Amino acid sequence: MAKVKTPNGFQLDDGGRRIVVDPVTRIEGHLRIEVNVDERNVVTNAVSSGTMWRGLENILQGRDPRDAWAFVQRICGVCTGVHALASVRAVEDSLGIQIPRNANLIRNILHLTLYVHDHLVHFYHLHALDWVDVVSALHADPKATSTLAQSISPWPLASEGYFRDLQTRLRKFVESGQLGLFKNGYWGHPAYRLPPEANLMAVAHYLEALDFQKEIVKIQAVFGGKNPHPMWLVGGVPSAINMHSAGAVGAVSMERINLVREIAQRALTFTEQVYIPDLLAIASFYKDWAGIGGGLAGRNLMSYGEFPRFSGDDSNDSLMLPRGAILDGDLTRLHDVDLRDPDQIREYVPHSWYRYPDEGKGLHPWEGITEYDFQLGPRTKGDKKHIKELDEGAKYSFIKAPRWKGHAMEVGPLARFVVAYAAGRQDVKELVDSTLRTLDLPVGALFSTLGRTAARGLEGLWAARKLVTAVDDLVANIKAGDQDTANAEKWAPETWPKSSKGVGYCEAPRGALGHWVRIEDGRIANYQCVVPTTWNGSPRDGQGNIAAFEASLLDTPVVDPAQPLEVLRTIHSFDPCLACATHVIGPDGEERSTVKVM
Amino acid sequence: MRQQTFYDVIREQGIPRRDFLKFCALTAIAMGLGPGGDEAVAKALETKPRLPVLWLHGLECTCCSESFIRAAHPLAKDIVLSMISLDYDDTLMAAAGHQAEAILDEIVTNYKGNYILAVEGNAPLADDGMACIVGGRPFADQMIEVARHAKAVIGWGTCAAFGCVQAAKPNPTKATPISKLIRDVPVVNVPGCPPIADVMAGVLTYIITFDRLPDLDRQLRPKMFYGQRVHDKCYRRAHFDAGQFVESWDDDGARLGWCLYKLGCRGPTTYNACTTIGWNDGVSSPIRSGHGCIGCSEDGFWDRGPFYDRVVDMKQFGVESTADTIGLGAAAGLGAAMAAHAGATVVKRMLDGGKNKGNEDGEG
Repeated sequence: MAKVKTPNGFQLDDGGRRIVVDPVTRIEGHLRIEVNVDERNVVTNAVSSGTMWRGLENILQGRDPRDAWAFVQRICGVCTGVHALASVRAVEDSLGIQIPRNANLIRNILHLTLYVHDHLVHFYHLHALDWVDVVSALHADPKATSTLAQSISPWPLASEGYFRDLQTRLRKFVESGQLGLFKNGYWGHPAYRLPPEANLMAVAHYLEALDFQKEIVKIQAVFGGKNPHPMWLVGGVPSAINMHSAGAVGAVSMERINLVREIAQRALTFTEQVYIPDLLAIASFYKDWAGIGGGLAGRNLMSYGEFPRFSGDDSNDSLMLPRGAILDGDLTRLHDVDLRDPDQIREYVPHSWYRYPDEGKGLHPWEGITEYDFQLGPRTKGDKKHIKELDEGAKYSFIKAPRWKGHAMEVGPLARFVVAYAAGRQDVKELVDSTLRTLDLPVGALFSTLGRTAARGLEGLWAARKLVTAVDDLVANIKAGDQDTANAEKWAPETWPKSSKGVGYCEAPRGALGHWVRIEDGRIANYQCVVPTTWNGSPRDGQGNIAAFEASLLDTPVVDPAQPLEVLRTIHSFDPCLACATHVIGPDGEERSTVKVM
Repeated sequence: MRQQTFYDVIREQGIPRRDFLKFCALTAIAMGLGPGGDEAVAKALETKPRLPVLWLHGLECTCCSESFIRAAHPLAKDIVLSMISLDYDDTLMAAAGHQAEAILDEIVTNYKGNYILAVEGNAPLADDGMACIVGGRPFADQMIEVARHAKAVIGWGTCAAFGCVQAAKPNPTKATPISKLIRDVPVVNVPGCPPIADVMAGVLTYIITFDRLPDLDRQLRPKMFYGQRVHDKCYRRAHFDAGQFVESWDDDGARLGWCLYKLGCRGPTTYNACTTIGWNDGVSSPIRSGHGCIGCSEDGFWDRGPFYDRVVDMKQFGVESTADTIGLGAAAGLGAAMAAHAGATVVKRMLDGGKNKGNEDGEG
């Protein structure tokens, strides 16, 4: 390859030293990243490879479409529920089922709960250790830490004694020689820039957030019985409401609503007083990361929109976060996105471990094909038993390459917020503008590693606020006399058309998610998902366009190639989910004769 | 340096001994221990260094890890900081790439025979295992190597135990339960999609506390948590016995919390603790939320659908009665259900007797 310019405008050079990061940890699933660095240790080429595939497509063939949510929910247990939501929407769309208003409100509550939970866990438990040096916290002055904490937040757990006790526990932990989860981290790496006191505060909040996250999801347990993987229902939600009569304790009652309301309020407080102040404090030490890791972000962004105010209405008048696409960084023009249009969303596989009859063409998900075809290219170093370096000139990933009107698009919280910003949504605009003012950064700072991480935090705050009001909305609707939670009119397969197809959209915490289903004679004839990490982590397409992960790593300076902390920062800023990206639920139902069974 | 025990650590946090003992009592109750159980827990936590745990991920969705961090008693935080040494876990560990892989080598070498391997997910065997590659190598190879010198292997979730969703027909990657690949090291299956957080915590703390593996049934599940059906202790059981069923979603029966059997509930054929321990710190369970159990901890449950078709012959009960015949009269129904239980209990005792596959002595 040597030096090439991709059609979407990125300069690649694989001439320098190759660095491999595998496993990429603190993500969901299995991801491999390879980068080339030049003599100044600046990244000049990047390779993103999803290295797992579960082949759920054949598995769904011929099954009852009312069961599909449970199967596809198991695509991912981190963003639990997003595939179930997209699935019930797809099946309802296909069969023409309208869900009751309460069901829409409860689904919004479930999904907002996930946003609040998932963004918080991502920040503290999957991403923070890229910015926070745990070992440095041992050198903090607990009194100064207390002063720092109290200067940025009214959060009550901020006394000198509190931080001293925590530091003591941490010291004993480190001195035990058994570092557990913190073993072999890049501690002491020069790219860590927080003072010890900020590190100690962040470690305290890492642990507090670990305790608190389990509280947030109790809301999902109320309406779905359990988390991870709550229960869903085609036609509504399974949880009946009984607010006034005998037997109310067997359904959603005042006690359940009180529990939900109390947790929603606590989640908002935690987000306001811990997550957001920490995010801003940490960001203030890493402002240079507002100029690193942009990649596609300043060019092509897309959101399918989410949180319908009105059941069954996915127009932008109904969606609390709007649908749309931005091309070439032009925020003055929001493009319509149509999941049904065969010319808009297409998936390509020339560099994916799948086979198409004609790999020059992309396929719309309703017509998609998923045929396993693992093979290593001629320039691969190593072999199947031990791959040392991938050959990105050939097939190199279990992720397909989806494109919107031929463009590689970035999806996720940043994309959602920029689309909402461009659509003139005041709630989002105010959050973004006030944060940029606080950090004294221009709008362009959004299109970066730091921008992605900040947008996720702001969206967590946005979602926590909406969660509180969504519970109020549910109560108001019940108060107005509506207790319906499910529409069972078309539950029986005898009521279905002989043949139908549908689309289920969803904005998962990680970005745009779509499910496409075809139903024939009461059974699934085909099923296809295109998920956020498929968009962001995709390999090159036939034209050589690179996608978000690969683009974002270019030009990143790496201080120490043996400890590529900077690569992790940017990749984690996307919150990758590989089980999602490589689930691949396809359509055709052909036997996978190419798979050799041992 | 003397390795720190759980008790050392919590004392240094300023937690009084009284609270420590209270914690031990709660843990003992959660594990179903009899009199004196709290003392055994306390003694173990006061005297033992933290047991290294290597948590590998194969083909999975990470719901088991997510469930684990929902543990409430003890808190996941306290488990990983004070009770075990979670030296490798792709989802949470700080290290990545070769620094992460180095940990596996180090623990396997330095703690030979004295670490726990926990596996979330399973290994695909089709095409030489290339559907799951970790560190450039087939996951199956990594797992088998790390298992070789483990004290015991815990299979988290239905993936590890039975194959779960990717092993549903036609199982395109030939996803294989770990007990079929790991030989000569005891395997404990903790099924569920995911398993209940406090069951996961309970299994780990049991092993640490008693320095033995829990007693297992024929499917290698800890009897303490998987010995009874969801139906046996379901809070809606009385409605089953009385013939009061939800007939359609959101009908009057649904609003009264009646039995979900006719909408496909798998409680009668599912061995799990959902209706006893409960989910998310006991807040709810699938049945409590109004949806039937889908049997997610059972071998092959994905292929026993559709999920909303009722279990027509409750063979596992050893009786002929169905919900319809039970519904004919409350008294007659109750009698049949009681007979069902009595029969099932006897059958189960016969099945269990002397047939447990290994691990009876429980020493890892």
